[in-house]
Amino acid sequence: MSSTDTPIAEIPGDTLRERIVDDLRAHIGADLVDSLVKPGDDVWVRVSTDAWRRAGVALRDMGFEYFCFLSAIDWMPSPFGKGEDDPTAPPPERDDTVKQGYAGGATRLQVLARLVHPTLHVGVNIKCDVSDSEPVVESWVSVFAGANWHEREAHEMFGIGFAGHPDLRNMYLPTEFEGHPLRKDFPLLARMVKPWPGIVDVEPMPGGSADEEGDAE
Amino acid sequence: MTSTESLIDRRQLAYIASQAADARLNVELETEGMTLNIGPQHPATHGTLRIIAHLDGEQVVWAEPSCGYMHRGYEKLTEVRTYPQVTSLVNRIDWLGSFANEVPFILAAEKLMGIEAPPRAQWIRTILFELSRIANVSLFLGDLGVQLGAVTPVFMAFRDREHVLNLIEATTGGRFHPNFDRIGGLKDDLPAGFIDETRAVMKTLRNFCTEMEDLLFGNEIFQSRTRGIGVIPKDIAMQYGLSGANLRASGVDWDLRRDQSLPMAWDKVDWKVWTHPDGDSFARCWIRLQEVRESTLIVDQLLNNIPSGPVMAKVPRIIKVPEGEAWVSTENPLGEMGYYVVSKGDLGPFRTKIRSASFNNISIVPWILKGVYVPDIITILASLYFILGDIDR
Repeated sequence: MSSTDTPIAEIPGDTLRERIVDDLRAHIGADLVDSLVKPGDDVWVRVSTDAWRRAGVALRDMGFEYFCFLSAIDWMPSPFGKGEDDPTAPPPERDDTVKQGYAGGATRLQVLARLVHPTLHVGVNIKCDVSDSEPVVESWVSVFAGANWHEREAHEMFGIGFAGHPDLRNMYLPTEFEGHPLRKDFPLLARMVKPWPGIVDVEPMPGGSADEEGDAE
Repeated sequence: MTSTESLIDRRQLAYIASQAADARLNVELETEGMTLNIGPQHPATHGTLRIIAHLDGEQVVWAEPSCGYMHRGYEKLTEVRTYPQVTSLVNRIDWLGSFANEVPFILAAEKLMGIEAPPRAQWIRTILFELSRIANVSLFLGDLGVQLGAVTPVFMAFRDREHVLNLIEATTGGRFHPNFDRIGGLKDDLPAGFIDETRAVMKTLRNFCTEMEDLLFGNEIFQSRTRGIGVIPKDIAMQYGLSGANLRASGVDWDLRRDQSLPMAWDKVDWKVWTHPDGDSFARCWIRLQEVRESTLIVDQLLNNIPSGPVMAKVPRIIKVPEGEAWVSTENPLGEMGYYVVSKGDLGPFRTKIRSASFNNISIVPWILKGVYVPDIITILASLYFILGDIDR
């Protein structure tokens, strides 16, 4: 795949991660929108929505045969905070700017998956934007059979459709359940009824008196 | 002139003829098949997994697990808690090996904060991690007998697991839910006498493994019920994201304790990753047995040279984790357990994706149960080894 002479197993981690990004770019071209290689840590790539399945196929052909997980992230800050407020009081002002994480993005919802190379022991986190008006991406079931349940879960929890999925039934919730619980605008009812006192954690640190540990560093 | 061979030949011919007659009858009658519901409350399922199997005669046409009887919404709950409070939730994912659930989450938080636990804490973490593996998998070995109708092994397993739980309790204060791991280290040091006591227990557990090997794995009935049953080829295992012993039983030499660098003590000791080429139920069970024994050896070696020093790094009283994303997974008793933690620089995680081993391991069930016989459903499920809390989270 790559033209350099070094056998792939001897390449140090970060160079290898850079090379994965380059190889993927060679496969899907401009559909690789953004990427991030954190030294000594991990690699994140973001592909365009249309290329989601194609990117999965390309990575599988590059040897990332191990399907780790598929899920989604809702980047909208929760309008309810952590449920620490008095429910009878008017809701406080909260910052509601949607800010995406590593490898950027433009939409509130993003699909996230992780694939691992079984012999190089290196993984790739792959993301793609999901449009708000039509939250549908292509299904990975025909690429990785294991994506089946993960897509069902993401569909149920985030309301993302997977085109080509054989059966997007609910995994956990009753069929007639309304709403998508892991979206940030879905309230956690237990916290809506009663404010939560546990947000301030006051347990002293172990080993020695609490004063001495203090707010070190 | 009726030799033994010809007797066997005649029997075989009669058997084939009767099968053919059955088949003809089936074609004529157009059997409709029946739907068999196993669970959610069934003694042979651990917890509340329900399986709907459509049968044709004794064979499964399709089977579909139905999850969600124990869904507790941990991913949502982590979003309204602070980082130190999350460990008490994730303790309850795989409740037989609780401490192992805490470790990857704490490691992910530490990775985002850019801190590392002191060596002594890393050592003790690894010891407790392996102890929870031993406690978890030794119960699996006993339970395996029950699934096949042998009652004795489970009593032996409960008897010897108790010693391990006592060790965990002595250290952490909790038998099942230790909640002992902290960002930056551990809550406490080891109790006095832990090392000698653990050495003795590890010896007991090795005897238990040998006992199981003789009693269960050497048993003819056990072998005929598991060998060649429920074979998972390598590529299928990869596609479904099987992990742990299930993956290694399909011949994939991959163990996250060895194949990634984590601030833990596994790379400081000498141990072996067991694999098996067969990929059948027997292989999966056999790998687990070897891993318990290997774990006791890991613990023994770790006990020899625990470094001295503090068990807690200097961390601020109020823990705020800097903005970023981190993925950490470890080789838990059930397989790869990982947390994808998204932080926004707040007191608690913004989003946590919990990748639990059993969810992936059980997602292969519709594939693997196709065409098996009804009694094999139970052995295959038992050998895949799942814990309900680990599927539903």
